Amino acid sequence: MQADAQPSEAVIQIDQVSTRFGAHVVHSGISLDVRRAEIFALIGGSGSGKSTLLREIILLQRPDAGSIRVLGADLQTLSEDATLALRQRFGVMFQHGGLFGSLTVLENIGLPLREHTGLDDQLIDEIALSKLAMTGLTPAVGAQYPSELSGGMMKRASLARALALDPELLFLDEPTAGLDPVSAEGVDALVRKLRDLLGLTIFMITHDLDLLWQVTDRVAVLADGGVQGIGSMAELSLSDRPAVRQFFDGSRGRAAQQQEARLAAVPPGHDTGRPPSKPR
Amino acid sequence: MKPESPHAATITRLNPHTLVFSGDWTVHGLGAITRQAESAGVSSGAGAVADGERIEAMDTAGAWVLQKLVRRLQGEDSMATLRGLRPAFQTLLDAAVQQAADQLAQPAPTANLPPTLLERVGQSAAATFEQALGLLSFVGESALSLAHCAMHPTRWRVRPILFNIRSAGFDALPIVGLLSFLLGVVVAYQGADQLRQYGANIFVTDLVDVSMLREFAPLITAIIVAGRSGSAYAAQIGTMSVTEEIDAMRTLGIAPMELLVLPKIIALVIALPLLTVFADVLGVFGGMIMARAQLGVGFAEFLDRFEKAVGLTTYLTGLFKAPVFAAIIAVVGCYQGFRTQGGADSVGRQTTRSVVQSIFLVIVADALFSIVFSALDL
Repeated sequence: MQADAQPSEAVIQIDQVSTRFGAHVVHSGISLDVRRAEIFALIGGSGSGKSTLLREIILLQRPDAGSIRVLGADLQTLSEDATLALRQRFGVMFQHGGLFGSLTVLENIGLPLREHTGLDDQLIDEIALSKLAMTGLTPAVGAQYPSELSGGMMKRASLARALALDPELLFLDEPTAGLDPVSAEGVDALVRKLRDLLGLTIFMITHDLDLLWQVTDRVAVLADGGVQGIGSMAELSLSDRPAVRQFFDGSRGRAAQQQEARLAAVPPGHDTGRPPSKPR
Repeated sequence: MKPESPHAATITRLNPHTLVFSGDWTVHGLGAITRQAESAGVSSGAGAVADGERIEAMDTAGAWVLQKLVRRLQGEDSMATLRGLRPAFQTLLDAAVQQAADQLAQPAPTANLPPTLLERVGQSAAATFEQALGLLSFVGESALSLAHCAMHPTRWRVRPILFNIRSAGFDALPIVGLLSFLLGVVVAYQGADQLRQYGANIFVTDLVDVSMLREFAPLITAIIVAGRSGSAYAAQIGTMSVTEEIDAMRTLGIAPMELLVLPKIIALVIALPLLTVFADVLGVFGGMIMARAQLGVGFAEFLDRFEKAVGLTTYLTGLFKAPVFAAIIAVVGCYQGFRTQGGADSVGRQTTRSVVQSIFLVIVADALFSIVFSALDL
């Protein structure tokens, strides 16, 4: 975390990005900015290129045209050293965890610290334990292997690893997909806490309407190879584009919106828990 | 801006009562002071002061080290205070203190001591025993399901059987042929010198034929097939069990034994003897070529001697082993596949295990056959 960070500075700038797989055009000229310390979500139907865009931002794939700047570095012209340095400044939580099956959870979390810092083993274990606690897991989980974890625990452990190097930027791929409502609620709170405590910029892909309404600052809707709308959920709900409307017009969309309105009405400090019985 | 070149965090002792912290208290800047942070002290009793005003950057790791340091200072001197920290860093520090308190309240998991030698021996003995039992029950299960299928001929799955015969048998012809040919060449070549010393050139036929037909052809074929097909069986079933396909099969009312295991066992029991015959032919052919080149034993002479040297028993004792080896390979491969659980890494582990175990068991079975055949005077 840089103490002198400008709150309005753009940490991700995507400019006219185009991607094709053979004849299939995924993105045609996408442009969007993500500002520092905001929680930004990318939504869109299946196959709309959300994951591809994420992979392009986290340096796993190159766009065919256009430029992407992350934390001030232009990904197109990045040297190998600069790439490594940049990678240490963001953390990624993968949809299925991406935890190394041959290492315990604690070793998984400590791995980036062991690789990239000069800290001693004992301190690394302590820091890993504190990340584990930060993501709401008990110390006992640290000794387990990823294959022994439930889906929710796996996501939390993956998040703990993404946070190991105290990144400035955090990418979450479907943080609540496949989780029960109670765990998903925990993720909502966790995402907010991370932003407030560490000043992280959070970029996520999600389909979870509750998460969208209650946590995100801005949301971009991706469809037909382009950005169909961008803004807060309240702003987007006024849009009349069909690709955007589908997130608000379904019964789930309306339920999440009403829920948000209800929560906004209760006084602060009141328990804002979502009813666990709610279908998602 | 690059994380490699931060200002290293430092702890300086300004005077006996004051410690000054400065630099970047981040994961990248902390390396230099972790040891110092454990030992840095102040003379007690005078209200020690730790000055955090010059800390330029801090992350959660830095906050963690700082809270440990402050807690230790306060343990030595209850009047110790930390001052001058920027508000953003203070928030981080408070969170770290809170977390440390939570962790203290929650008992740390008892560290698992590495097992002693005796414990390890016991554990691996128990694991081996459990594996052996599991394999035995799997053999029983396959036998039952085979008997069940035998009584209901409509349930034979012909297409998978044919498919497996092709992939395990026909597709293996080139490699089995080449290797047994080379083996025949090697046996004849190694024997040539000794035989020439005694002028017993013609006995190269006996040497090559008996060793190839009785031992080498069945064994080399079984080993190649264990590596080629046994591993493929384990990997296929293992992947299916990791991706819940086996469970899906069960819920759809399809017995995985019938669909996955029996066709493989039946196919291999048919294919392996055929491959062995092929290996016999190519092995003897290899020996024949070498006999002519090294010992001047012509093809006609060789084949003439072949008829006299090798009885039908020699050929059949070799061939008789093949279906047994086939059953071992198929059962072990499928069994290890079904034992796969957890993640994808387990598939690799079980595959390796299936190859090692099936080759081991094939050689053990071959040794047992040797004993039995010699007792029976075959």
